[in-house]
Amino acid sequence: MVVFEKTKGLTDNQLHYCPGCTHGVIHRLVAETLEELGVTGKTIGIASVGCSVFSYNYFNCDMIQAAHGRAPAVATGAKRANPDNVVFTYQGDGDLAAIGTAETVHSAARGENITVIFVNNAIYGMTGGQMAPTTLPNQVTQTSPYGRDVTVVGYPVKVCEMLSQIDGATYLERVAVNNVKNIRKAKQAIKKAFQNQIEGKGFSLVEVLSTCPTNWGLTPKAALKWLDENMETYYPLGVYKDKYKEEK
Amino acid sequence: MAKVTFDEERCKGCGLCETVCPKQIIALSKEKINLKGYHPAVITDQEKCIACAFCATMCPDTVITVEK
Amino acid sequence: MAEKVLMKGNEALAEAAIMAGCKYYFGYPITPQTEVAAYMAKRMPKIGGTFLQAESEVAAINMVLGVAACGKRVMTSSSSPGISLKSEGISYLAGCELPALIVNVQRGGPGLGGIQPSQSDYFQALKGGGHGDYKLIVLAPASIQEMVDLTFKGFDLADKYRMPAMILADGTMGQMMEPVSLELGEVKEYAKPWATTGKATHEGRNIINSLSLSPAQLEEWNINRYERYKIVERDEVMYEEFMMDDAETCVVAFGITSRVAKNAIMEARKRGMKVGMIRPITLWPFPKDALKKAASKVKNFLTVELNMGQMVDDVKLAIDCSKPVYFYGRTGGVIMTPDEVLNKLNEIEKGEAKQW
Repeated sequence: MVVFEKTKGLTDNQLHYCPGCTHGVIHRLVAETLEELGVTGKTIGIASVGCSVFSYNYFNCDMIQAAHGRAPAVATGAKRANPDNVVFTYQGDGDLAAIGTAETVHSAARGENITVIFVNNAIYGMTGGQMAPTTLPNQVTQTSPYGRDVTVVGYPVKVCEMLSQIDGATYLERVAVNNVKNIRKAKQAIKKAFQNQIEGKGFSLVEVLSTCPTNWGLTPKAALKWLDENMETYYPLGVYKDKYKEEK
Repeated sequence: MAKVTFDEERCKGCGLCETVCPKQIIALSKEKINLKGYHPAVITDQEKCIACAFCATMCPDTVITVEK
Repeated sequence: MAEKVLMKGNEALAEAAIMAGCKYYFGYPITPQTEVAAYMAKRMPKIGGTFLQAESEVAAINMVLGVAACGKRVMTSSSSPGISLKSEGISYLAGCELPALIVNVQRGGPGLGGIQPSQSDYFQALKGGGHGDYKLIVLAPASIQEMVDLTFKGFDLADKYRMPAMILADGTMGQMMEPVSLELGEVKEYAKPWATTGKATHEGRNIINSLSLSPAQLEEWNINRYERYKIVERDEVMYEEFMMDDAETCVVAFGITSRVAKNAIMEARKRGMKVGMIRPITLWPFPKDALKKAASKVKNFLTVELNMGQMVDDVKLAIDCSKPVYFYGRTGGVIMTPDEVLNKLNEIEKGEAKQW
């Protein structure tokens, strides 16, 4: 009996991510969810700009590649055009929380019936490790070489906390993929975010704390630990909003 | 019987599977090098595998299939 | 004869879009095109369509991209500063080979500029605006009837050639009222097997994308697109000739400016001056052959525009600088009078005008 095998929600293309980068785990969780919900045939994924720009090569569904930060706007158009399709975006922190902040906030405010997968690894990966809107205070990056100085460049953006103030948002949860237990919880959250859409419940966003061993300058193993010790303290895991649970 | 197979050509040798294996029966091969140039993960003692699938859950590259 | 109704340009354009089968509109308020959005807000819910006021022009054009990718007719409208913001998305639409209609009811620029009519976005519409190798089909209406007809046609051309089309209007076209006929004929449907509608509905996976890290592949995409552009240039040129049979001076003007020029030409004719006009209706494809043909007959060209001189460059290129080309323009929202154009024609005749 097969206990675990590669989901058909992923294509056979090999991921381009660096060794140990947990983008791959998150891709798999999304793809497994699509397969388990039986919706790969009617799903439209929106790829963003950043490390996940090539996600259209991996998710085994129709895909649209959006401009930097604009995935929620493209998703809005796609979902409005095809309300019976499942529409999701897969975005990194630079894409979603810097250049695309307006699109993120307003798609939530409109309560667009879409699913947003937000990968927060506190750095710009694709361009080689620059400071992200979610880079932690004092964290060293290529563009904060002396550590993020909050007196000069300000504080990280806590996306789930921010969006939890928006009436239009339905479901917001922050999860992590740095150990097996967290990965299982992340899967549940992602599944719920898609189920919400299928049930017409509106805007769901899952923020996934992820690693970037290459640009953090750590081994894959040490990166898991760094996430645990540094990111989880600044970005506490948990459900930040669940509209339908509140109404029960 | 529990069985783990690694699609070694997909493996990037990150070793995350190694860290989560409760039986500590996964290691990066010292002899093998795959086409990508990595030392792929291999199982050192298949007999001890309990098919928990922790390794496959942690693997970012869907290298691992687990059977029972 | 078709019944005519008195309509404001912006509203007539919006109604024509609906008649062309457009059920999706995304916009952001900006003078002098806001009536398009207001009209759509009223009409779309009644026809089961979508009107959405986006958070920005940037978001609006990307919503357009999302709908276009799914194979449905979709539009946005704005005015000059807003089109600058949409330029990123327009480049993506072109790169992704998606049909959509973009309306620019131009106002004076640069920067925040003013809110009065202008044609100073000619370069933006024709020579880029967005980045990369691409063209837009650019249609320039000179009456409210043409606002209607060219909107209807714009959707058709966009679908036919799988590329974005733009209505390059101006504040006068948007705000003016004229009687129009809305009998526009049948909407032609185009198969869109490339649309992202879920892979269960078609063979394989559909991917809408403008990215390639392979220079050879990206070059091939661009070359293929330009092959299609050649067909557009061959088959879709539209222009109007006015009193060109015996003309010695050919005025070239589009949109509202052509109407001012027409009055000047009629006055000039009364005075025995042999003046005619070629009015491009499609700015791209540009009526190069018509101008070239005219160059073999006329002595001079006078380009009249509401800008500091933009289309005039294309006129010189079209005729290979074979005849003197003059320019008269007003800018910043000022509209020239027929007398000003007539004065320029007089200067040209007396040999007092300076060539462009």
